[in-house]
Amino acid sequence: MTSADLRLGAGAGPLGRGARWSRLVRRHSHWLFSLPAIAFVALFFGYPIVQNVVMSFQEYTTETFYTGEAPWVGLANYVTSLSSSLFTTTVVNTALFTIGSISFQFTIGLALALFFKRNFPLSGFLRSLLLLPWLLPLIASSAVWKWILDQESGVLNQFLGLFGIAPVPWLVSPGLALAGVIGVNIWLGIPFNVAILYSGLQAVPRELYEAGALDGAVGRKAFRHITWPSIRPVVSVVMVLGVVYTLKVVDIILGLTGGGPANSTQTLATNAYNKSFVEFDFGQGAALSNILIVVSLAFSLVYLYISRREPDE
Amino acid sequence: MKTAKKRRAKAHQVAVAAAALLPLSLTACGGSGSAGSGSPNTLTIQDYYEPAHDPIYRSCAKTTGVGVEISHIPGPGLIPKVLQQSSSRTLPDVLMLDNPDVQQIAASGALAPLTDYGMSGDGMVEAVVKAGTYEGRLYGLAPSVNTLNIFYNKDLFEAAGITEPPRTWDELRAYAKKLTGQGRYGFAMSNINTYEGSWQFLPFMWGNGGSEQNIAAPETAQALQFVLDLQNDGSISKSSVNWSQDDVISQFIAGKAAMVVNGPWQIPTLRKQKNVTWAAFTVPTRLASQTTVAPLGGEVYTVPRTGDKAKMTKAGQFVKCLISPEMQLESAKLRQTVPSDLKVAAEFGKSNEVIAPFVTAVKTARARTAILGEEWPKAATRIYTAVQAALTGKADPAQALRQAQSQ
Repeated sequence: MTSADLRLGAGAGPLGRGARWSRLVRRHSHWLFSLPAIAFVALFFGYPIVQNVVMSFQEYTTETFYTGEAPWVGLANYVTSLSSSLFTTTVVNTALFTIGSISFQFTIGLALALFFKRNFPLSGFLRSLLLLPWLLPLIASSAVWKWILDQESGVLNQFLGLFGIAPVPWLVSPGLALAGVIGVNIWLGIPFNVAILYSGLQAVPRELYEAGALDGAVGRKAFRHITWPSIRPVVSVVMVLGVVYTLKVVDIILGLTGGGPANSTQTLATNAYNKSFVEFDFGQGAALSNILIVVSLAFSLVYLYISRREPDE
Repeated sequence: MKTAKKRRAKAHQVAVAAAALLPLSLTACGGSGSAGSGSPNTLTIQDYYEPAHDPIYRSCAKTTGVGVEISHIPGPGLIPKVLQQSSSRTLPDVLMLDNPDVQQIAASGALAPLTDYGMSGDGMVEAVVKAGTYEGRLYGLAPSVNTLNIFYNKDLFEAAGITEPPRTWDELRAYAKKLTGQGRYGFAMSNINTYEGSWQFLPFMWGNGGSEQNIAAPETAQALQFVLDLQNDGSISKSSVNWSQDDVISQFIAGKAAMVVNGPWQIPTLRKQKNVTWAAFTVPTRLASQTTVAPLGGEVYTVPRTGDKAKMTKAGQFVKCLISPEMQLESAKLRQTVPSDLKVAAEFGKSNEVIAPFVTAVKTARARTAILGEEWPKAATRIYTAVQAALTGKADPAQALRQAQSQ
C-alpha cells in the first residue's frame, strides 16, 4: 500500500467502498450457498451433540425437568460408567454382536448378490422379495422372531424336534441368547448388503469378463481377479456403514431379550437406553452414548480415509 | 466427484452421531401437550387407563361442577410425557401416576401436597398412604389398589387330589412338582429383566423378611434359592427369565401352567376365557407362622403445580371425589381391584368371592417406595439383576445377590 493508494481510496469515497463491497461479496459468496446446509447441520446435528456432551457432565435426572437445575458433576458420569462391572460385559457384547452380524451379513449378502447377477426367470421378483425384512417395522419382526425362537412353543424348536433335537433355549440361555440375537440381526441386515453389493456388481463392465475369459479367467478366477478388485470400493462402504449401523442397534435387542437374560445381550447402546429411559439417569445415559459416538466416529474416519484413497472415476 | 463423495461421507458421519442421539432429543423437545390451557372451569386429566374409565371422571366432574378434558397415554409413555410437560410447564390439572413413580415426581417439586385440599388418607390401607407420601407430605392417593397373588387351575388341583391351597413354600414346591407334566409346568412367574421381574419376586423376598435396603441378606437368599429350587425341579420353565406378567397369564390360560403369580387386573381377561376354571390364593410364606407381604400396586391421583391456584383448588376437589368411598367402589368394580379404604374393601371382598384373597393380601401389602423413596428404581434393578443371574446359573443365589448389591 502506498500513500497514493490511500489518498485515492479516501478521495473516491462511495465508489471505493462499493468496489470493496463487491469484491467482498465475490470472494465470500460461495459461503452463502452453503449457509442453509451449515444452518441445518448446526441446528439438527450440532445442537443435539453439544447438548448431549453437556448433559454427560451433569447430574441430569427426573428433577431437572421441573427445576431446570442440573448440577455439574464433571467426569463423574464417565467414571461411574467405565468402572461399572457391566461396562466390560457390554463392550464385549457390542464387539461380538457387531463382528458376528457384519461377517455373516456380508458373506451371505455377497453370495446372494452374485447369485442374482445372472438373470434368470423371476430373479427380479425374488430380489425384491429379499428386501422384505428391511421393510417390516423392526418391533413387529422382533415380536415374530421372539415367537419363532421360543423354547417350548417356538416353530424353530418344533421343526428341530422332528429330527429328534431337544428344544434349544435360544433366547433363554445366557450362552445362546447373544447368538440368537445376532442371528436375527443377520437376517435383518442381508437386504442392505445385497442391495448395495448387487448395484456394485452391475457397475462392473461386461467387457472385463469377456477379455478375462479369453485369458482363461472364468469362475473362481474371474471373481478373484475381476469382480473383487472392481467392487472393492463398494465393499468398504458396505462394511463401514454396516459397522456403524450395527453398533447402535437398540430396537431389535430390546424387542427380543431386553438385554437379558442376566445382561448376556446387553450392549453399549441398550445400556445407554436403559440408563436414560428406564432408570431416568440421563447424565449417565448421555455419557454412555457419547462413548458410543466416539467409537462410531472412529469407524466413520476409517470410511473417510478409504473413500479419499479411492481413484477418481 | 471427490468433493461430492467427501461431503456424502461427512453427512453419514454426522447422521450416525445424530441417530445415536435421537431418543434423547425426542424427550427434550416433543410436541407440547394440550394441558395447562383452556377454559377456567375445565380440568385436564391425564392417565394411562382406557376410555372405559371415563364415566368415573364424568361423574366426579358433575359432583365438583367442572368440565373435564381427558387424555389417555399408553402406559410406558406416561413418565416421559410428564417429564416433558414438567419442563414446558404444561402439566395437566389432575395427573395419574403409577405409585412407585410418585416419589420421583414429587421430589422434583412438580406436585402439590394433597393435605392443602383437605385430604389425609385416614382409613386407607397404610401402604397406600406410604406410597403417596414423600418426605412426610402426602402427594398422591389411590381410589383402588392391587397386589400379587397366585392364580390356580381348579381342575388340575382336583385331578391331582389337592384340596387346600398351599400355605408354605414346601407345600407350594411339592404341589408344583405334582402338577408338572404332560407339557405343563406346575408353577409360573415373571423373572424378566425389568421392574416387573423385581415386583414378582417381592412377595417371596418380603414374606421371608428380606429388605430392599440390602439384598445381600440370608432371608433374600433363601427366597431366591426357593425360586431356583422350583426351576431345578422342572416345575417352572427356564423361559421365565424372558416372560412378562402377560406372558405368564397366557401360559395359564393355555393350560401350560397350573399356578401363576399375577394380579387382579387379569381378572377381566380370565373371565373372558372358557378354557380354565380358576381361583386365587395369597402367596405362601416359608414358615406357616410368617405373614404374607406382597407389594402394593395401583395408580394414584395427584395435583400438579400448574401455577393456577383457583384451578388447583378445583383439581383438589376433583381428586377428593375420585378417592371418595363411592368412587373407590366404582373404580374397584371397573378394574377388578381392591378399594383403598379398609372398610370399603372389606365390604367389596364380601360381595366378590374372587377378589377376597386380594383384599386379604392388600391389608398387609407394602409400598415399594416405603423405605427407599426415590431410590427404589436402583434397588429394583439390583433385584432383577440378581434373580436373572441366579436363574441362568451365572452365580448361586447368595453370590448373585452380593454381586448385584455391590453393583
